[in-house]
Amino acid sequence: MLKITIDNITTEVEEGTTILQAARKIGGKIVPPAMCYYSKLKGSGGKCRSCLVKVSRNSTVDSKPTSKLVASCSTPVQDGMIVQNITSPEVLEARKAIVEFLLINHPLDCPVCDQAGECDLQDLSFEHGLETTRYEEERREFNQIDIGENIKLHMNRCILCYRCVYVADQLTEKRVHGVLFRGDASEIGTYIGNVVDNDFSGNVIDVCPVGALTDKTFRFKSRVWFVNPMNVHRSCTKCSGKAAAWMFGDEIYRITGRKDKYGELEEFICNECRFDKKDKKDWVIEGPRKIDRHSVISQNHYEKIVKQSIIKPLEERTEPQE
Amino acid sequence: MDRQILLEHIAVPGIETFDVFRSKGGYNAVAKVLKELSSEDVVAEIKKSGLRGRGGAGFPTGLKWSFIDKKSSKPKYLVCNADESEPGTFKDRYLMEHLPHQLIEGMIVSSYALGVNTAYIYVRGEFKYIIGILNKALRETYSNGFLGNNILGTGYNLDIHVHPGAGAYICGEETALLESLEGKRGNPRIKPPFPASKGLYDSPTVVNNVETLAVVGPIINMGGEKYASIGLGKSSGTKLISACGNINKPGVFEIEMGLPVEEFIYSQKYCGGISNNKKMKAVIPGGSSVPILPANLILKTAKGIPRLLTYESLSEGGFETGTMLGSGGFIVYDEDTCIVRNTWNLTRFYHHESCGQCSPCREGTGWMEKVLHRIETGEGRSHDMDLLVSIASKIEGNTICPLGDAAAWPVASAIRHFRNEFEFHVAHPEIVKIKDHGSIEKYT
Repeated sequence: MLKITIDNITTEVEEGTTILQAARKIGGKIVPPAMCYYSKLKGSGGKCRSCLVKVSRNSTVDSKPTSKLVASCSTPVQDGMIVQNITSPEVLEARKAIVEFLLINHPLDCPVCDQAGECDLQDLSFEHGLETTRYEEERREFNQIDIGENIKLHMNRCILCYRCVYVADQLTEKRVHGVLFRGDASEIGTYIGNVVDNDFSGNVIDVCPVGALTDKTFRFKSRVWFVNPMNVHRSCTKCSGKAAAWMFGDEIYRITGRKDKYGELEEFICNECRFDKKDKKDWVIEGPRKIDRHSVISQNHYEKIVKQSIIKPLEERTEPQE
Repeated sequence: MDRQILLEHIAVPGIETFDVFRSKGGYNAVAKVLKELSSEDVVAEIKKSGLRGRGGAGFPTGLKWSFIDKKSSKPKYLVCNADESEPGTFKDRYLMEHLPHQLIEGMIVSSYALGVNTAYIYVRGEFKYIIGILNKALRETYSNGFLGNNILGTGYNLDIHVHPGAGAYICGEETALLESLEGKRGNPRIKPPFPASKGLYDSPTVVNNVETLAVVGPIINMGGEKYASIGLGKSSGTKLISACGNINKPGVFEIEMGLPVEEFIYSQKYCGGISNNKKMKAVIPGGSSVPILPANLILKTAKGIPRLLTYESLSEGGFETGTMLGSGGFIVYDEDTCIVRNTWNLTRFYHHESCGQCSPCREGTGWMEKVLHRIETGEGRSHDMDLLVSIASKIEGNTICPLGDAAAWPVASAIRHFRNEFEFHVAHPEIVKIKDHGSIEKYT
């Protein structure tokens, strides 16, 4: 067992554990946010840089700090490691910068986005973002495309976390979708205009941290905070059949996988359960599902005013001096 | 100070062929190590020589070699990084074009030292004609028994393959190069694990620059200690510098480490001074990603000591008043250069070449390019300089690979040393809107 101290809390973890997993073991506020890391997808993580932490001591043998901030999701724990997350102003500053970078090309169309309310980027910017933007240039734009019958890809909103690429790679038999092009022109796409029709392709919607991949059977039907999540199950030949049904009265608006408190699916479900079984009779309802994440949806009420923030107008263009 | 190690026989006609190269003492190092030395001896010799990686980072080569996982049951690989795409750097191209056998000799010796039986040369895709040159040289080496099975009857086997890239600067980053070599999208890997334990096909791998590998042969011939005595202190040996820009004699020069920068620029033996009798304005001494320095700081450090072409001297003063030797792409600008346009041009390159994997680099390079383009075309605002410095500082150190740093440093340093030019651009849009307005000095 290896000893690790994160924000002055010490715990012991097995060898091969990453800093992020160790932090999740401790739990609470010291867990770094993760936009691209997904514990169930091999090779994910390290890309969004929102989980950067400061290592102030490498290990008992090597007492030096690392020269840079490290991605906690992909750095393995060493014995005697001391890590600073929310206690380090440097880390919080870097996280603020990452939020800013993620948002400069994001359309900020939350009012019409189906993901609003259960969006990781929304939560992240709510916690770490600035109230105004310093970006005055044009945002990059893509056309919306349908990848498959039931999935809409809205590339403008994508933060290129690569999670859906790993799902396509690891969960489905034939990989037809990946990242095309380079830099800020890179986009998720199918080559060439292929359709994703695998039985488990719907899981890309659940792993997407933002509203880039949405369920076409649910699009624009309701805001997520108006529908009630229920634990449901059915006997399915393809998957475990354990899912969450989002209901409005007696109607099932959509089916998703069951997500844990870090927004990760407990089990991947098949497309038949997800898209085709929208009748209450198809499912055995176990009871209401507790959503214990700290986002808008879990609050489900608006009495609690967190902080009044005033949205500043963009600064006026300064006229060139003579 | 005019010692030539790599380019000693460059003027010999036909040196690119095996026979002429062999007649000049080529491949003696191969015979020597295979017959007389153990692999540990070779690594020790390289450690003694103090050779540092010539690709830019300057990491000690012997140390890098000693990290390779010897106990691994998997095959080990040596990869030569010939994906030279840094703006301003063209030393490897010159070396491979004229002395392909120098590289192959070094690769055979290095492979032997590392216990490698398969080595790759990853060549930049744009160097199409060099792929032909290398393949021709390899065929000659095979037919003369220096490559293939049972080399020189010693029982050692080695195959070298040439693999062209597809035109991406990011594939010069060692883990992106390995991904590309495996046939995947050239995204840098997240480290750890480092290539020395899990590199190509998950096997222990060493990636070295062309110049580093090419100099291994001469080091074995002359001995590590002798090589260490050349140069200055920890910057041992010689270095190829590819000089370009507004100078009289652009080209590739082999210099002994420790040559004063002033002598390098103004001596007839090297750059031959600034062209058209103009004044020097600024220098980027190590390829486009290192910080730019104004004329006074490149010739003398902030303390007034003459600056020398060594790793230590160029980086003296940190990022405030210093820069880096980098890959040796020496770019000189004369007084007519517009620094803003130049910085924009470099940033445009990094924006175009960012792989798009991690967010600071993907979004930040594009943002910087747009802001710089605005300033250069007369649409700048007074707060843009502070914004650029802030963006650069937020990219730096937060990315997966060094491309983020490489994109941030030129911008941060240009604003640090030439802030007045940026401010002039913002204040006088009517002047900077003139195409090719050049340096702002003639307007002030």
